[in-house]
Amino acid sequence: MPSDAAAGAPPIEVRGLVKRYGDLVAVGGVDLTVLPGDVFGYLGPNGAGKTTSLRMMLGLIRPTEGTVRLFGRDPQDGVAALDGVAGFVEAPRFYPYLTGRQNLELCAALDGDGAAGRVDEVLDVVELRDRAKDRVGGYSHGMRQRLGIAAALLRRPRLLLLDEPATGLDPAGMRDMRLLVRRLADEGMTVLLSSHLLAEVEELCNRVAIVDRGRMAYEGTLEELRRAAGLVYRLRTTDDDRALAVCEAQPGIADVAAATTGGTVFRADSEAAVGELSRALAEAGALVLELSPSQATLEDLFFALTEGDDADQENGAGRRREPRAPAVERAA
Amino acid sequence: MRPGVLATYRWELRKLRYQKRTYLGLGAAALVPVIFAVAVATQNGQPEDVAFGRYIHQTGLAIPFVLLLFGSIWMFPLITALVAGDIVAAEDHNGTLKTILTRSVERTQVFAAKALATATYAIAAIALTGTVAVVAGSIVSGFNPLPTLSGSTISAGRALVLVGGSLLVYLMPILAIAAIGLLFSTVFRNSAAAVVGTLMASLLLQLVGILPGLEGLRPYLLSTQFEAWQGLLRQPADWAPIGRAAWVCALYGIPSVVAALLVFLRRDVAGG
Repeated sequence: MPSDAAAGAPPIEVRGLVKRYGDLVAVGGVDLTVLPGDVFGYLGPNGAGKTTSLRMMLGLIRPTEGTVRLFGRDPQDGVAALDGVAGFVEAPRFYPYLTGRQNLELCAALDGDGAAGRVDEVLDVVELRDRAKDRVGGYSHGMRQRLGIAAALLRRPRLLLLDEPATGLDPAGMRDMRLLVRRLADEGMTVLLSSHLLAEVEELCNRVAIVDRGRMAYEGTLEELRRAAGLVYRLRTTDDDRALAVCEAQPGIADVAAATTGGTVFRADSEAAVGELSRALAEAGALVLELSPSQATLEDLFFALTEGDDADQENGAGRRREPRAPAVERAA
Repeated sequence: MRPGVLATYRWELRKLRYQKRTYLGLGAAALVPVIFAVAVATQNGQPEDVAFGRYIHQTGLAIPFVLLLFGSIWMFPLITALVAGDIVAAEDHNGTLKTILTRSVERTQVFAAKALATATYAIAAIALTGTVAVVAGSIVSGFNPLPTLSGSTISAGRALVLVGGSLLVYLMPILAIAAIGLLFSTVFRNSAAAVVGTLMASLLLQLVGILPGLEGLRPYLLSTQFEAWQGLLRQPADWAPIGRAAWVCALYGIPSVVAALLVFLRRDVAGG
């Protein structure tokens, strides 16, 4: 552990992070805090600025504005800030003319601190020992991803940054990757997992940040996000057109929309409001066939936060937006 | 314990050992003297207008000096550029710069290791040419005394020492070319562009040297410094061109290395 790192500093603390390339804003103001033990999902569509953010976190590119601290240290000050930190951005890259083992030996030589003695151990962890003598040029994409994890583990990290680790893997490879990340997290490693695979994040992560077009749309726990979105009700009646009109006029009922799969979806202020609605529907002659609450999935929330109108984007960087009506419609 | 330049340098050398271009360069450095020696053995002619050209049938020790003169035009600059122009750019191409820059060595150390590996390769190429030229030349023309540029004759042993000294002097412009290649490799981020650019820079300087009206520039051109070793082949030795070569080559090489280092330290590693 870095002796002079700020005591108790979080594994990652990013404030007002901006990266501009001329007029292009790749990252428009990211704030996030990853706490010890987090499996932190860093979500966003392709091109949202996730990889650029990760590169700044690892000191590979300089922020235009803002700060990154890893355990209290600035990666722009030198590689000492990467003590206890490992990972990869985009696909892990290795020397194609060297074998898997040689690539790991090279990484270990540049790590020092006894990493050379851990090559066999990490090859076993990612189940690549049988292919360690083969040149990386002949490796499949999945094998390179696993080698990337092995190279990261050589450093015995307390913080692991992984950029789309399951991208390009077949279903079995994706499952194995998730199991590996889960296992590492269970062993106490803090993980930042950049991904656009929502099921992966939902399965693995306790906290998430959602970034869209370079700006923060949300940071917090999945539970808080779901709570903010609230319950979504799905309604089917004998007369859906009339039911839609009744819902829109009913106090305590909001975000009413016709569901793409038929019926109506809405949010309610309280269960009492739902009870009042069912009475109103019966009085209007739209008899209830189905009225059921459902929790919005991460996918619903993700689209609600990332497919908002442009006005939201202009309202400032790092602002937390609440999930909006589109989530309701998708939930149906 | 944090690794340093030495550990990184060892791996830079190891990487070079696994790359075809290294063997292409070193192979050319070894093969050209052999081809030249075979030509000497099978032909009666000799390059009369080149220093030591007229002695190549008389002593094999003349052959390395003739090769140094011929090789300065494009052979040695190309052999040097093959690795110097590639050593950073190849990391860009493979996307491996991010792999090594997220370990525990500073960028300065990575750069220093690459610069040292480039220099090591250039030294190996020149040493290989010199050694092969002496051996092959001695086989075809004998290990005999060598006439100097002053008209006197020195023993074969003394000539051999002067071959070594000349190779050392010759290294100065070679290392300056390597520095330019390293700069282009860092700035262009493209191996082919950096290799060709380095060679073109070398050829351009030679072109400037033969343009009429620019004779005043000649002593300060890098291409001229490839002839500085001839000072050792005079009796007494003329150190003036060697001294000038030292500072002129430093004038080309040091700013190139410093500029390459600054670019390398400040660059965004956004690819790969």
